Amino acid sequence: MAKRSAPEVNAGSMADIAFLLLIFFLVTTTIEKDSGINRKLPPIEENEEDVVIKQKNIFTVLLNGKDQLLVEDELMELKDLRAAAVEFLDNNGDQSCTYCKGAKDPSSSDNPDKAIISLKNERETSYAAYISVQNELVAAYNVLRNKRALELGSEKGFLDTNFVQMQKNYKDVRFVGNKTKLKEVIDQIKVEYPQKLSEVQ
Amino acid sequence: MSKFKKKTDGGIPAISTASLPDIVFMLLFFFMVATVMRENSLKIKNALPVANQVEKLDKKNPVSYIYMGKPSSGYEKFGTESRIQLNDQFAELSEVGAFISAERAALREELIPFLTVALKVDKEANMGIVGDVKQELRKVNALKINYTTGVGDAMTNMN
Repeated sequence: MAKRSAPEVNAGSMADIAFLLLIFFLVTTTIEKDSGINRKLPPIEENEEDVVIKQKNIFTVLLNGKDQLLVEDELMELKDLRAAAVEFLDNNGDQSCTYCKGAKDPSSSDNPDKAIISLKNERETSYAAYISVQNELVAAYNVLRNKRALELGSEKGFLDTNFVQMQKNYKDVRFVGNKTKLKEVIDQIKVEYPQKLSEVQ
Repeated sequence: MSKFKKKTDGGIPAISTASLPDIVFMLLFFFMVATVMRENSLKIKNALPVANQVEKLDKKNPVSYIYMGKPSSGYEKFGTESRIQLNDQFAELSEVGAFISAERAALREELIPFLTVALKVDKEANMGIVGDVKQELRKVNALKINYTTGVGDAMTNMN
């Protein structure tokens, strides 16, 4: 028997096959969006007892059917909303908040714990506008929390990490620092600047 | 002198395409890994708004999706007003509660309180329908919601 070497398989069409598969996956791929603004809806309470909240502790944001923004009964541009909300939350009217840097205006909110942002919308309001406003209000809380995180962080050994970064670190499995301590700092900041955002129907 | 003389033996050599399959395979694997087959085929327009204060949706916890938007082309018979889509079909507002119950029934008991409802709402929808759905969710005590958005500058939503 004559010894025959195995014939070489022609791999020239390999690229074609791979291209075919590639194009299939290219066409079918939709990269799912999985980020968003988390919110908690208020539960429906059976016994509706009116909690008395001082008018000065409520920051009313109304978004009307024409997507116009009314903040405390005055027209406002969306870009100014963040600063206005920060000013309101950080006001510290009764001076009980030691970490606030606000104007201490007695006619505005007492302290961040009492300050409530109330967001109203009408049925005709567009969803895009609503999300933009939600985004700005969350941003206002984040501005304050970030500021506080930078102060607290330097005391507790988390230098130069703001609140958003801290939360990211906490969720990151590869984070090398002390997670229980980090959690404490995060929780403390959440208590100091609680997110009190009510969505009125 | 003849060092710099061009060797004239038959023009430009052909570029080797031997590594082409490797490159293509690399791309192929990327897309294979990145692909998520759509759970539901959408019958509505669903261009999400953008925001920049977003948090990642925690995939460890169960997530139910509710879609809202105008019926897309081919489904014009359902009108031009924004509609709700649950799973693969259009739904009425009254079906939202039942949908959440069904989603809960499919879960292990200890995970039920962690069920997040992701609202994927078209940016042209109006808040009326979103408010109604939110009210329905409150009735069935599904209070954790997430407004799913893209990542970008929120100021660009309005125009």
